[in-house]
Amino acid sequence: MSKINIKLRDPNEVMKLSRLGSFHQSKLSFLRSFIREFKDWEYKRNIFKLDKGGYGVAVYSFEKNKRNYSLICFSQYINPNERSDRVIATKWDTAFVLHDGAPTQEDINRLKENVPKQEIGRMSYKELTLSRANKSVRVFDHVVNSLSEGKQPDRNLLNKVGYLYRTTAVYGSGKFGLADRFRIKNRKEVYGPFRLEMMLVYLVRQFTFDQVNHIAKNKNPDKAVQLDENIARSLGIGNSTGLGMAPFIVNHPTLLHKWIYSREKALKEIRSIKVVNNDEFIFFKNCLTKSKAIIGTWLTDSEYQNKKINSLKSDLIKFDKFIEKDCSIKIKYLWNTIYLWVEKNLNEECVEYIVSMMMEPYDKIIDPLINNMSSEEERYFSIPGHRKISELKIILEKKYQSIIKINFKEKNSITNFWFISKNKEEPRVANRYEEQGAELEQPLAIARDIKQLYERILKTNQSKTVADFLLNNDDLRHVVRRAFITDQFPYSEIQDNTIGASLMPIDMLRLKLSFFGAVKFDPRSDKWLRINMYQGAPLSHELKNSDDTWIYNSLN
Amino acid sequence: MITFSEIETTTKRASKAAGFSWGVAEEIGKSIRSLELFGLPGIINLNQYLKKIKKKHPAKITKIEKENKTDDKELCPIYSGVAFLDRCLELEKLKSLKFYNVNYPLLMLPFISRASEIMSKKILVQFDNSNFLLNFDKSIFSKNIEKQTQSKAKVVNIEFIENKNSFSEQDWKELYKLSEETFVDESDDLKKTAAGAGLTDND
Repeated sequence: MSKINIKLRDPNEVMKLSRLGSFHQSKLSFLRSFIREFKDWEYKRNIFKLDKGGYGVAVYSFEKNKRNYSLICFSQYINPNERSDRVIATKWDTAFVLHDGAPTQEDINRLKENVPKQEIGRMSYKELTLSRANKSVRVFDHVVNSLSEGKQPDRNLLNKVGYLYRTTAVYGSGKFGLADRFRIKNRKEVYGPFRLEMMLVYLVRQFTFDQVNHIAKNKNPDKAVQLDENIARSLGIGNSTGLGMAPFIVNHPTLLHKWIYSREKALKEIRSIKVVNNDEFIFFKNCLTKSKAIIGTWLTDSEYQNKKINSLKSDLIKFDKFIEKDCSIKIKYLWNTIYLWVEKNLNEECVEYIVSMMMEPYDKIIDPLINNMSSEEERYFSIPGHRKISELKIILEKKYQSIIKINFKEKNSITNFWFISKNKEEPRVANRYEEQGAELEQPLAIARDIKQLYERILKTNQSKTVADFLLNNDDLRHVVRRAFITDQFPYSEIQDNTIGASLMPIDMLRLKLSFFGAVKFDPRSDKWLRINMYQGAPLSHELKNSDDTWIYNSLN
Repeated sequence: MITFSEIETTTKRASKAAGFSWGVAEEIGKSIRSLELFGLPGIINLNQYLKKIKKKHPAKITKIEKENKTDDKELCPIYSGVAFLDRCLELEKLKSLKFYNVNYPLLMLPFISRASEIMSKKILVQFDNSNFLLNFDKSIFSKNIEKQTQSKAKVVNIEFIENKNSFSEQDWKELYKLSEETFVDESDDLKKTAAGAGLTDND
């Protein structure tokens, strides 16, 4: 067989919300790339001043070549009726901040006054990320009680929940006084996106283990045992995620492109491998086997998600048969054969699952892509005003093919609107025919506005420049900018209507969370979901010798 | 301290609330962030200007020429700045431009600064006694800023600076001569084996 020409997948298909909402974690995910980057840093627990109930201050750090990042944890008692995962909560069991360097006592005192207040506190340029978490009370109490009685906790219960604590937000990049991204962007170790957010969550996980061990020991000093490391390893950190993530991916088009493009480039390169060796194929099959065992722990009451999980399970049965019967390393371009079969015979949920799995054997393909997953949006912000309207028309017809076919005169096409809530300054989506405030709509109805732009330029002299057009049409300036960005970055735009009646906002959340490396998607409505991060990850003292397939070990 | 990210987000939202379109508000957010990064008083000027236009939104600029003035109106620094930025490549041939009766002229600077980068040319901006040399959106050199806010400039002069050296031939020669002291004399043998040596270039 001669060399075949595999192309990148068409953005018009990949960037549909149903497809993006079927993405799974992969070797490109930020949790995994964080561990690869920081595994040889020196981990330390610097301060651990908790009282018998587990309340107080702790500091953890990663250090290498005189660079130090320190997590400062503040744990406090809260009344059970004050505990809420909603972003509108004002008290949390624990609050965390990642500090740039080793904090002085003065820093800790300052942060103690601010970090537990979260959004209404103020951080400084020396702080990098901020978060808070609540206990999963049922699991936390069970673990503490079991350990204090000298027993290990019930694994079945732990597997159902998967964590001791749930974070409800992780902030970074200049929010609430935190350091602006530009201050640290040239540090090689944080080239990968959200790397410091990932560090915070990893260290929080370690704190949760230390805290349960500490409380159990104080509760019953003679009898208490430490949490078994195999159990600890199988626990992650939960997260409740709401709509805040959805505008993020619309407002960072070139960043979105970089993420998706990396995935697509990886797939293209893997499909282009002519000869797959036995080790690679076995590695793939092993990861698949281990991963499939975990799907049984993806528990949710969401009908939407259960449908997806069931579709995945039944497709994987078909896939197993195909692999067993029709696949062998004797086949040239085996991955391409597999991919074409998968795309033809399976649903999107499983297609994207297999795409993630196909990356597993290929460090040499994935590693170079990781450092190209950040972007500086401002570099692409200026509109090329000298370009002609005829050129803009071609871009719209080529890059927004399906969007310009949508009829936005239909009520169902514009049912929803995005807005920022006054009480918490958080993004929300609402039905424009039932709720007030549509006149304050955020510029997130990209498909509708692109269609409007297209209709308007059809009536415009095609030889005019874009600058001339904008003099009288500045209400569409935001989408003119996007069109030129999309022309350069084809995976920068969601190719769907983000205000239609059938919108599932959680598809947008899942896209982002899959790149984080989250698992166990558990939608609690169409607007928010719970997930798990770092389940199966190496414990802090195991980092140096850890291997990258830890994500498939969460049942061990 | 308010972060640059907070500055961008809040000024964008405030500008939208003051009647600018989302696309223009995005430009304002980036611009005020840029002014503050350069150490210039963007927030104060924007706040004053948005208060000024609260009751009556400024007129949009309909074209840009060498001399820009309206009979009895004041020019909006935002609309003037955005329009200048959008067509900076075609304006280059004018060599210099004037804008008359510009409100809060400092707010025009970041747009012209971005144009400087796009055009790869330094741009000199002058109003009243204040001078600003805009260097490819990398820095702004300013002189004689008399007060933090200036509510109006009678004339804003914009001059494109031709790309030329800022030093004399003599200065360059002297420095080059000194740099030669880092070079090593090559032996004849080494010259014979250097790239391209020994081959015919007519093959």
